[in-house]
Amino acid sequence: MGPGANARLRLETVRLTALFNGQPAVRDVSLLFPAHTVTAIIGPSGCGKSTFLRCLNRMHELSAGGTVQGQVLLDEVDIYARDVNPVELRRRIGMVFQRPTPFPTMSIYDNVAAGLRVNGRRSRSDLDTAVERALGQAALWDEVRDRLHTSALELSGGQQQRLCIARAIAPQPEILLLDEPTASLDPAGTQRIEELCHALKRHYTIVIVTHNLQQAARVSDYTAFFYLGRMIEVGRTGELFTKPQVEQTEAYITGRFG
Amino acid sequence: MSSPEPRWTLRGPNTGDRAYRVVLTGLALVLPLLILVLFAQLVVSALPAIAKFGPSFLWTSTWDPVAEVYGAAPMIFGTLASSFLALLIAIPLAVGVAIFLTEFAPRWLRQPVAFLVELLAAIPSVVYGLWGIFVLIPFLRAHVVPPLKAVLGWTPFFQGAFYGNSLLAGGIILAIMVVPYIAAVSREVLLAVPSSQREAALAMGATRWEAVRSAVLPYGRAGIIGAIILGLGRSLGETMAVTMVIGNRHDIGLSALQPAYTMAAAIANEFTEATTDMYLSALFEVGLILFIITVAVNALARLLIWRVARGAAVGSRAL
Repeated sequence: MGPGANARLRLETVRLTALFNGQPAVRDVSLLFPAHTVTAIIGPSGCGKSTFLRCLNRMHELSAGGTVQGQVLLDEVDIYARDVNPVELRRRIGMVFQRPTPFPTMSIYDNVAAGLRVNGRRSRSDLDTAVERALGQAALWDEVRDRLHTSALELSGGQQQRLCIARAIAPQPEILLLDEPTASLDPAGTQRIEELCHALKRHYTIVIVTHNLQQAARVSDYTAFFYLGRMIEVGRTGELFTKPQVEQTEAYITGRFG
Repeated sequence: MSSPEPRWTLRGPNTGDRAYRVVLTGLALVLPLLILVLFAQLVVSALPAIAKFGPSFLWTSTWDPVAEVYGAAPMIFGTLASSFLALLIAIPLAVGVAIFLTEFAPRWLRQPVAFLVELLAAIPSVVYGLWGIFVLIPFLRAHVVPPLKAVLGWTPFFQGAFYGNSLLAGGIILAIMVVPYIAAVSREVLLAVPSSQREAALAMGATRWEAVRSAVLPYGRAGIIGAIILGLGRSLGETMAVTMVIGNRHDIGLSALQPAYTMAAAIANEFTEATTDMYLSALFEVGLILFIITVAVNALARLLIWRVARGAAVGSRAL
């Protein structure tokens, strides 16, 4: 359980509690995310897994009434410390949402470049290179190379989601947060994203929230099971799915509830 | 033994509903019909002037009731110029208020400020006119025009003496009057922008302002343009306040410090003295032109807002 002995630690939560208007939605979660691994967070709807994910890049505090207790350490720095700028933090931690969120008035190119432009990168040749690399890593380049300057809305749902992944990874963040990235995609689109997870973990540390157990089993190295706002169990994915230690985990992965 | 009387019958007309529908349909049709009748009436009344002056009515500047020669160019110019000036001032103010209220203001402040801004629209326009004469114009004369002339006096837009009643005063009054319209509709447009767009921008490390600029404003672009055009429609037709401060002079001048005239102001001022048929007909033609411009501008505005809102009730409350 936990990181392998020689994996470099990147992200860690320490007794993290997330609240909405004082009501805890996530309680007391301590979890490690080793570098260059994929960690899946599973659990039934409303178990707090998305809220937990949004605490990792300080998006939770943007929700009405959202506050946090405990710590989130990025390379041993508490990201909730007073002197941490959440804007800078989010530039180091990319995020992709449940539904594709391309900017509808922008071209494919400008969508990917948007993430770079807010990071202060303006030069045309620099943008060209970075956009091509990001689209390449998101396995979208071959499909859009001839129409980079057409509207992002002309892409299919699956392509739009890969475009959002390209936008998130274009500034080369260290960590990628995926919030049910395949929830609105068909099986083919889902498969492409899952293949991407494997490829992307060479460059990024990935945390993926999913309510699809097969997906968690296919893409992740570690899996954490959340239930009613608490983390019930965490372990290597293979072990958690074959030999769960906690009764509730077993009940959930064998389909007895959720 | 006779069959018992049935307790209810399935046949028979539903008279109540049918009558209700006929009455309501009639009432609903009265309003569009009224627009058509109004338009036809304007055309008929303007016909003598249209026949006599032809299209040159639009670009000649003589307005001489004694010689019975009429050209509406100064009023058309004054209407467009004062509205342009009004938008120049109102757009940054109104869109800024809308952005502040949807994106930056603390939640407890949003409703009260939005309410107060919309309340500006409830002030009668004659009150604005009075305020313009006794507060705005003295203020302009003492504090605004001297520095303006010092810095921009060399441009054609700020030349000549400032007597008070002027295009500048009219434009500023109009700006204050259209701000609530543009701000209210822009606010609803921005509220209709899905929060997923904001979050997507913030999650990639955008500051709040960058999120507004790169995601929120582009998404609502068409609706905000619609809001601005709606404000333009308002200011084109505004009469009382403008008449009171714009100077009412038949003249085309580029300087904002000089008096001007608008179509609405001319109609309001002159219909009582329009003693000859041709004079009256010329005023009707001015009214027709104003009618066509404002209806076209409003139609365009609503089309744009509707396109952005498509289904959502954007702007419907404020319109």
